[in-house]
Amino acid sequence: MSRIIKYIFYDLLRTRFILLYLVFLLISTLAMFQLDSDPGKVTMSLLNILLMIVPLVSIIFTTIHFYNSYEFMELMLAQPVNRKTVLIAQYIGVSVALAIAFLIGVGGPLLIFGGGAAGTSMILSGIMLTLVFVSLAFLASVLTSDKAKAIGGALLLWFYFSLIYDAFILWVVYNFGDYPLEKPILVLISLNPVDLARVMMLMKMDISALMGYTGAFYRQFFSSSSGILFSVVVLVFWIVIPFYCTLKVFVKKDI
Amino acid sequence: MISIYNLNKYFQVFQALKSISVDFEQGKVYALIGPNGSGKTTLIKCISGLVIPTSGRILLDNEDIIGTWKYRQKIGYMPQIGKYPDNLTIGQLFSMMKDIRSGDALMDESLYYGFRLDKLSEKRMHTLSGGTRQKVSAALAFLFNPPVLILDEPTAGLDPIASEILKEKISHEKQNGKLIIITSHIMNDLDELSTDMLYLYEGRLVYKNSIAAIKGETGEDRLGRAVMKMLINQNYEV
Repeated sequence: MSRIIKYIFYDLLRTRFILLYLVFLLISTLAMFQLDSDPGKVTMSLLNILLMIVPLVSIIFTTIHFYNSYEFMELMLAQPVNRKTVLIAQYIGVSVALAIAFLIGVGGPLLIFGGGAAGTSMILSGIMLTLVFVSLAFLASVLTSDKAKAIGGALLLWFYFSLIYDAFILWVVYNFGDYPLEKPILVLISLNPVDLARVMMLMKMDISALMGYTGAFYRQFFSSSSGILFSVVVLVFWIVIPFYCTLKVFVKKDI
Repeated sequence: MISIYNLNKYFQVFQALKSISVDFEQGKVYALIGPNGSGKTTLIKCISGLVIPTSGRILLDNEDIIGTWKYRQKIGYMPQIGKYPDNLTIGQLFSMMKDIRSGDALMDESLYYGFRLDKLSEKRMHTLSGGTRQKVSAALAFLFNPPVLILDEPTAGLDPIASEILKEKISHEKQNGKLIIITSHIMNDLDELSTDMLYLYEGRLVYKNSIAAIKGETGEDRLGRAVMKMLINQNYEV
């Protein structure tokens, strides 16, 4: 498998997109630090950008990469190589490349300027989000054999998790505001990896105090070690389940 | 060497292979013929593991191969349309394949040099003509010296010299006792190379016999005419 990963890495480096992504993250993070000297506010502004950009880039890049390396996979599948090995190598190649770009692009400046606990959890949730959306992109790619459809599906997933789902939660809160909603909302949040990452991050910042009773409830929940464990486990499910489904489809796919 | 039992393949509702049962023996060259869309490539892809059959069994050396992958060490597959990563050069492609399959049997680079691919090793795959791609596919299929060779339209698109080199290679490997399966529409090539013939029609294996027997039955000495006559006798379309 390591030999296959090696060639996937070569291929990823040749496209230069990963490098561009890294530079973009680096510049925007550095710019944020130039604009404001308070690391708390910087992480807050960064959070809003990252929650949009990381899922979008991860899901679109992975889908395009999947189709661009279709020939490579086809070639490998006629060789004495396990189909699962080929797909897992692809997953590792893409997700490690994207995660490293994120780690350097955002983690580097945070390390230099100091991001505190919020910075650390930002890195963690950013990397988790990358892995989740790479997983979802693989699922979208393997379910259709048409590149345009797969990219459309990937975009739809991104829209859903980044925008539509939030509107849905707002609607629930607005309509059922008279009821104690903390626990149902907690369940709803777990069904969206982006929200989960956002809440995980927010709870590490001081602003959660501004959110009143609900904020206090979540702060209590997400700051406890069981709360953090809960969110990490849910995010891991978000990585593993789509990828497991992808594997199931891929081993039966006709090339 | 390869035994196929009751193989069926559906693409959604379309049935591409209809309960095919056949044995392929070592040391023989099988010509797989039939009209376009009759399931030749699907059958070949089932054996090479690219298409997963809906039902049925494929045994190679008495081991069921469906869903497994190690057996592919024994198979050299030359696709009808070879698709390769665009960014790689020919040289990189071959060194990558050797790297990934290192530890396999002794390499056979005779076609690589025979087709003069070493002179083109700096060329990127996306700049290659269709014929040169065919040469690359052929050289890769023979590279690891596999006991089974599956060639999907090997001579289509090759220039006359390359085509002769490939045919010579095929008959050489036939003498080495390998099992070779060829699909082609070029009867003259098949006449030269093959020992047996299979005829697929709409996903069904309708005829299988040795070349000598077909020629004897029909009283023709050219395979093309013999096949035509046989089909007319049996009321199948060509």
